[in-house]
Amino acid sequence: MKTIAELLPEIPLFEGLPADQLELLAGCGRNVVAEPGEYLFTEGRTANTFFALRHGSVGIEIPVPAREPIVVQTLHPGDVAGWSWIFPAQPWAFSGRAVERTRAISFDGACLRGKCEEDHELGYELMRRVAIVMAERLRFTRMQLLDVYGRGEAA
Amino acid sequence: MSASPPPAGDAKVLDRADFESLFAALGEEGYEVIGPTVRDGAILYEELGGVDDLPAGWTDEQDGGSYRLRRRDDEALFGHNVGPNSWKGQLHPPEQLLWRAQRSGDGDFEVEAGAAAEQPPRRAFLGVRSCDLHAISHLDDALLGFEHPDTAYAARRANVFVIAVNCGQAGGACFCVSMETGPRASAGFDLALTEVLDGDRHWFLVEGGSEAGERLAAALPLREARPEEVEAALGVSERTAGQMGRELDTTGIKELLYRNAEHPRWDEVSERCLTCGNCTMVCPTCFCTTDEDVTDLAGETAERRQRWDSCFTLDFTYVHGGSVRHSPKSRYRQWMTHKLASWIDQFGTSGCVGCGRCIAWCPVAIDITEEAAAIRATDGAGAPAEGGEAEA
Amino acid sequence: MVAARQPEPAAAAGAADAIVPRRFRVLANRQENEDTFTLELEGVDEAGPFEFEPGQFNMLYAFGAGEAPISISGDPAAPGPLVHTVRAVGAATRAICAARPGETLGVRGPYGSSWPVADGDLDALVVAGGLGLAPLRPALYSLLARDAGGGRLTLLYGGRSPEQLLFDAELARWREREEIDLRVTVDAAGPGWTGAVGVVPALVERVEIDPARSVALVCGPEVMIGFSVAALLERGLPPGAIHVSLERNMKCAVGRCGHCQLGPEFVCRDGAVFPYERLRRLFGLREV
Repeated sequence: MKTIAELLPEIPLFEGLPADQLELLAGCGRNVVAEPGEYLFTEGRTANTFFALRHGSVGIEIPVPAREPIVVQTLHPGDVAGWSWIFPAQPWAFSGRAVERTRAISFDGACLRGKCEEDHELGYELMRRVAIVMAERLRFTRMQLLDVYGRGEAA
Repeated sequence: MSASPPPAGDAKVLDRADFESLFAALGEEGYEVIGPTVRDGAILYEELGGVDDLPAGWTDEQDGGSYRLRRRDDEALFGHNVGPNSWKGQLHPPEQLLWRAQRSGDGDFEVEAGAAAEQPPRRAFLGVRSCDLHAISHLDDALLGFEHPDTAYAARRANVFVIAVNCGQAGGACFCVSMETGPRASAGFDLALTEVLDGDRHWFLVEGGSEAGERLAAALPLREARPEEVEAALGVSERTAGQMGRELDTTGIKELLYRNAEHPRWDEVSERCLTCGNCTMVCPTCFCTTDEDVTDLAGETAERRQRWDSCFTLDFTYVHGGSVRHSPKSRYRQWMTHKLASWIDQFGTSGCVGCGRCIAWCPVAIDITEEAAAIRATDGAGAPAEGGEAEA
Repeated sequence: MVAARQPEPAAAAGAADAIVPRRFRVLANRQENEDTFTLELEGVDEAGPFEFEPGQFNMLYAFGAGEAPISISGDPAAPGPLVHTVRAVGAATRAICAARPGETLGVRGPYGSSWPVADGDLDALVVAGGLGLAPLRPALYSLLARDAGGGRLTLLYGGRSPEQLLFDAELARWREREEIDLRVTVDAAGPGWTGAVGVVPALVERVEIDPARSVALVCGPEVMIGFSVAALLERGLPPGAIHVSLERNMKCAVGRCGHCQLGPEFVCRDGAVFPYERLRRLFGLREV
């Protein structure tokens, strides 16, 4: 049975971090399981968690009034979800619902913020890596915005 | 730079007084004669009845955006250069019927071929300049060179008798010397004439270029050319070669234009270019066409017609959603790059023959030689800086 | 020097100019999604299977409405009707999509270059976006027919939404087959969708690739092709191993009308399938 710290290198976000930093981060984390249809996090609620997916898949949803929620992205093993925790007392911007049975590591946001405050080197490295993930998400989201398969798309 | 190789075989002489016999001989062989004649303030290629239809004593003055006829002080028959039309209009007509479909039965239709099934008339092209000979060869490359040749074009081409004329003077927009397409015709003709006016003597050096040419020449009142007459004819071409109105440096021009696709000169020229497409209409090598479907009112007959098109039109590159080449800049760049660069990759030669028509007939006097020189002078301007712009 | 080029007079009417369409009768017309239909055709004046290579296209003609270049979407090895999947985006394609069984359409072709499907040892990574799956389907049939024990076959397919995906029945069958690793993603979905939501390049990032022994076949909207090629290059695939199928305005489809030119390439004749290597200079330019 692996410890959280031993599981972390599976996640590309944490790849290459030194063992002591992994221990620090692992201290904020715990294993969670979500069954298909179960919400890992809900839009509007205070965001205090950060997820790293190990198995399964999670649909990032936007609730739409009078309609079924729209899934705007699916996250897969190795992906991370949530950065609203970076700023204290921010609500989740989206919901995350398990599509398949999903196992993830859930990190307590306050704990992570605390560790980053204490150890600025760890904090800088974590933020840098999260920024890379956000930039890629933004790039992909913009591609989706283009609606390339829609009618009237330019060559 | 001289482009005057000595004539192959025995050259002959035809006196001006006997020129009508050429028309008679061509008529005997069943040819319609198409050649230069004055109409509407220009010299155009039209059907000729006889020597009197030729533009004797006329010349043209050409420059950027300008073409005027002027009277000569002699009676030269071919003392002019090239006008707004070219032999393209004869071989690759502005409009032709490709096929016709007729409704028959429920949701069915029958198809019959159009131009490809017709037998074209026998035509003699009288007065084909060297640049235009090369242009015809370039049209051959474009329309006959590949897996699906244009059979209607091939049929017209096979029914043409070509009488080249070596220019006696160069026009203000001419640069055949730069493009190595003249001024002297070297191949691709049945007969080639060089007009010489010397005091009160007015005669033509006649060279054969094919069996058909030799056969026709045998029916003409020709005599052997004396060595000094051959010299005189070659001298005409030498003099013409020295009078070119323009120059275009073709050294490495393909790579030059390919690597300067983002040169600011394209923006500059596009501020002047009206995308009117005149250049493509008068260019003897532009071959682009479009297809139109025309139905009759009852919806019983549908015709597919082919007509000339121009890469300058906005919908030339339309795919659902918009045109790939939307801006005037992209369309001017396409035309010039195709003509001077891409053509080389496609067909092994430049697409430009240095006839100067695009320069004379551009309403805003854009000059392809000037544009090429401007890019060459600032080669590399507008290349993106290392690293590019920041990620948004 | 001008080569004296006096061409042979055209061979007689038998060499029916490539410009004249042949009649084909519609056997079936099946709707794939909102604006896309798959038609099955058979020759009226000619018998036997329609011979073509995967990736080639025909010019389809609807009486009085015009022609459109449409990729052939059937199995090149299966004798049977000529299959085309068409999206109604203009006058000609709307008329073609509306053709009922028994009606006649005109067909000219097949034209163009083909997908490289011959090397059985290479891993084939097929990347399709939207209607781009249709020109790739013949290649998939050919790749699926390769001998077992050869290279792997992966299909990454992206669409707008689950309802817009093509070939539902076929995708379901392929999902069951071991020889093909099928991954589908859509731009947006409702909660009933258990597949991925996201862009095709995201799938490219996750799939297992051995860059030294792979070939990638990419087709879809040109923007999507650009992003997918960038992702494939990022994964280490050499430019010569990536093949794309492009679309341009076509009138004659035989390299004479000039409309389809992309730099010096005639898309109808040098393409529509190109090795990316050949297009590198052009892909970096706008409006070319």
